[in-house]
Amino acid sequence: MAFEDGTDPRIPKIASAIRVIPNFPKPGIMFQDITTLLLDTQAFKDTIDLFVERYKGKDISVVAGVEARGFIFGPPIALAIGAKFVPMRKPKKLPGEVISEEYSLEYGTDKIEMHVGAVQPGERALVIDDLIATGGTLCAAIRLLERVGVKVVECACVIELAELKGREKLGETPLFVLVSST
Amino acid sequence: MSAKAGQEDPRIDGIKTKIRVVPHFPKKGIMFQDITTLLLDPKAFKDTIDLFVERYRDRNISVVAGIEARGFIFGPPIALAIGAKFVPLRKPKKLPGETIFEEYELEYGRDRLEMHVGAVESGDTALVVDDLIATGGTLCAAMNLLERVGAQVVECACVIELPELKGRQRLKGKPLCVLVEYR
Repeated sequence: MAFEDGTDPRIPKIASAIRVIPNFPKPGIMFQDITTLLLDTQAFKDTIDLFVERYKGKDISVVAGVEARGFIFGPPIALAIGAKFVPMRKPKKLPGEVISEEYSLEYGTDKIEMHVGAVQPGERALVIDDLIATGGTLCAAIRLLERVGVKVVECACVIELAELKGREKLGETPLFVLVSST
Repeated sequence: MSAKAGQEDPRIDGIKTKIRVVPHFPKKGIMFQDITTLLLDPKAFKDTIDLFVERYRDRNISVVAGIEARGFIFGPPIALAIGAKFVPLRKPKKLPGETIFEEYELEYGRDRLEMHVGAVESGDTALVVDDLIATGGTLCAAMNLLERVGAQVVECACVIELPELKGRQRLKGKPLCVLVEYR
């Protein structure tokens, strides 16, 4: 594994706390399992701290987290930097009025949804997920926020699967990750 | 800490007013308790977490188990603040690797909750967290999973209780702490 922010001494322990599960959810995929990171109280705290140190005081008022693992990392960051937390969910999970954005899967499409009125034009946002692969989901999340006039300052993930080039798919939006898996 | 008990913490009212009720979701007749509006208020969200943290920080809790997906929003901040590990309890087939499951009843049919083998050990003391308790079926399944691997469930903690559904009675005698009741 290569370390995105190689100089911070907390990163190697975070990387080693992530478990790789071969052939999940299907043959050929090496699944990056962050649940083992959540069992290591120091490493989990360090993960959140690294993001909070980067984003505190940057006038970010929205942390958007992608269901479901983005719900684990997003809220602690939001709480620490004084931002609101906005869940971005699979279809039909959010009650009340929503807007949705479709994105491509390997076979077919999926959608993510956000509540109408959760965010206001002019707000500055972070988008959080545990991992970026192809970037399809994060891209859809960025589009949803931009459609309502929000500026997405950065996308932040614990892990990047660099070979899948998700970073390029995000275009102008910067990406920050703690661990880059090759 | 139930909203109905004696002296209410002054932060509770601010939390209660931030919860949005959405009628007829997911189907007619259900008044859905939407906590997403609470998450949009940084102070009210922080107060919510603080109230739980104050209650649990000196109770030697080693595991916070959160029920997918809204338990993932409240559980981790509590776990981080009290120095406990966070264990996600998930719908079937979401957790990679070896899992154990517990079945529970729905209004029509059954569902399952899964936990990773090895996440929780015998001797762990656990808190189970979800946004809301209705009938208590999911919380009961969560408690069973934890107890089967030898953990002791100390308490269940939810933001909201629907007391008319009597979920509190389905917790096998374990205590329940809620911040807000909706009648």
